Amino acid sequence: MLSVDATAGRGVTGDASPRPALEVEGLVHRYEGREVLDLPRWQVGAGEAWLVLGPSGCGKSTLLHCAAGLLRAARGSIRVAGTELATIGAAERDRLRGRAVGLLPQRLHLIPALTVLDNLLVAQFAAGVPRDRARARSVLAALGLAGREADRPEQLSVGQQQRVALARAVINRPALLLADEPTSALDDANCASALDLLLSQAAECGAALVIATHDRRLIDRVPRVLTLPASRS
Amino acid sequence: MNLATLALAFLRARLLASLMQVLLLAIGLAAIVFLLLAGAQVAERVSRDTRGIDLVVGAKGSPLQLVLSAVFHVDTPTGNIPLDEALALRRHPLVRQAIPLALGDTYAGYRIVGTETALVEHFGARLADGALWSEPMQVVVGATVARERGLRVGDTVVGSHGLGEGGTEHDEHPYRVTGVLAATGGVVDRLLLTSLESVWSVHAPPAPAAADVPTGPAAAKPASGHAHDHAHAHAGGKGASGKEAGAGAAAAPTMPREVTALLVRYASPIAAAQLPRQVNARSALQAASPAVESARLVRLLGVGVEALRVFAWVLIGTAGIALFISLFAAMNERRRDLALLRSLGLTRARLFALVLLEGVLLCAAGGALGLAGGHLVTEWVGRHVRAASDWALTGAVWAPGEGWLLLCALAVGLFAALLPAVLAYRVDVARELARG
Repeated sequence: MLSVDATAGRGVTGDASPRPALEVEGLVHRYEGREVLDLPRWQVGAGEAWLVLGPSGCGKSTLLHCAAGLLRAARGSIRVAGTELATIGAAERDRLRGRAVGLLPQRLHLIPALTVLDNLLVAQFAAGVPRDRARARSVLAALGLAGREADRPEQLSVGQQQRVALARAVINRPALLLADEPTSALDDANCASALDLLLSQAAECGAALVIATHDRRLIDRVPRVLTLPASRS
Repeated sequence: MNLATLALAFLRARLLASLMQVLLLAIGLAAIVFLLLAGAQVAERVSRDTRGIDLVVGAKGSPLQLVLSAVFHVDTPTGNIPLDEALALRRHPLVRQAIPLALGDTYAGYRIVGTETALVEHFGARLADGALWSEPMQVVVGATVARERGLRVGDTVVGSHGLGEGGTEHDEHPYRVTGVLAATGGVVDRLLLTSLESVWSVHAPPAPAAADVPTGPAAAKPASGHAHDHAHAHAGGKGASGKEAGAGAAAAPTMPREVTALLVRYASPIAAAQLPRQVNARSALQAASPAVESARLVRLLGVGVEALRVFAWVLIGTAGIALFISLFAAMNERRRDLALLRSLGLTRARLFALVLLEGVLLCAAGGALGLAGGHLVTEWVGRHVRAASDWALTGAVWAPGEGWLLLCALAVGLFAALLPAVLAYRVDVARELARG
């Protein structure tokens, strides 16, 4: 297991793949004047899986949001799939996020006004990529949701909704898949199953996987760990 | 999936509220469209019916009543005027044409007008069948009268006394239909036109006075056998003084001949300043300008129309406010949906456009429904009005200003959606996604 202490000022992956999915350097984020994240250096190689561990409030979600270009860091550099986020405009950052980043928020939010299939197609639309119904159906089928395309989210179980959210996150074959606390509310069996799905889907589309969690059950399955210290008050 | 289908999906998700907003807007717009259509058609009709008439001369009374009765044939006349005075006016140098009208009878509710053939030319009417009258007790019927009553050339009709319901029938004086006019869309479609002599002869007092009339059926059968109550307005009396009255009936000694009104065309523009004053100075005559009286009528009706118009705009304004409230509430309810769309890569600009589009789609639907509804209501009202009068209101025409109305509806949608769209633009994605 490769473990990186975020305070140590080092921590690059072993492999130098063609292009890292995520590179972070000197990242500092402040919230209401308080420093909530300080990450000197971190690199996620293509296709790698990482856990970001740390206590609640340490900045795990903030790191994911910064990596997704949803939050602008106070300082530092973030490169996603080779593109420096600070050098591009907001609209370009949005488009990059749509194409290169798959995001699984802490609360698996599906749009209730849309069918299961449309919840996937909307990700293609938002990213500005051509609509590919066949791809959407095949991802749903791979996640055991064949035949549920026309259903509304409220007709699905929580587990099924989780799989739809995962399908939506990988539909555009992102370079980087970011999952925020995907297993925290699951029992052991479902936790293992959810992690299997995440790893298999990330592998299937060649995405690097970053899981922000405080769920230590995942440590055995994910070899690379970034540990964030508790936030300084 | 595109911006429009996404907007429609969000609208479908709150179907009832969306339908209510569409309906509210549609009702307001339909009312405005109805007013536009009806207003344009009434104005066009008034203009057509008064075209070529500079002045109406009749008995003293209400000038509006005089115009309504002599031009639009919808009110009772103010009374009759002596034929001599009418003929004198006709010879006035400021008068180019004066067409006499003698009213008093109806057939199945349609007015029988004693006049001259010049009136047919004045209306721009042409014969669909037969010929104009050439002697008394011949009648030419308008297109609506012929259609509604199934009249053809050679048929006979009997007039009822008076312009209201339940008048005594002039059984002894049947008219023979000699011609049927083609439809004009004007008031003539609902009239029966005959010679002045016909009207005089029908209303002639009992013999021996009627026996003095030397020509036509009225002269052959002079005695109607009933004494008229001349308190109501109708023309009657003794023979015309010559060709100018359009017939050669001789004078009866017992009653002066009368006409109800004269439709006058000026010989020169100066007449407009002088002739009405001169006519009104005469004790027995009154001159009324159709243009002035029509404008007065429109002003009188305008109060009600304006109230309806204000009400319609209030409805549209209410629809706009309701739309704003709905979009604003929906914006707050689906803040996380919108944040999610942004997290999936949707730019702020496209999210802004999405919310605007929802407002515009609702208002476009309301606008289209309102326009269609306005035309349908106008057509429906028109059919009922047509059954009772000659006012041919139709919804099958495009009123000027309808295009602006549709643009106005879209503007309401844009305006109502503006603030919700700005809020969508500024949604804090990270905070919404992290919210428990």
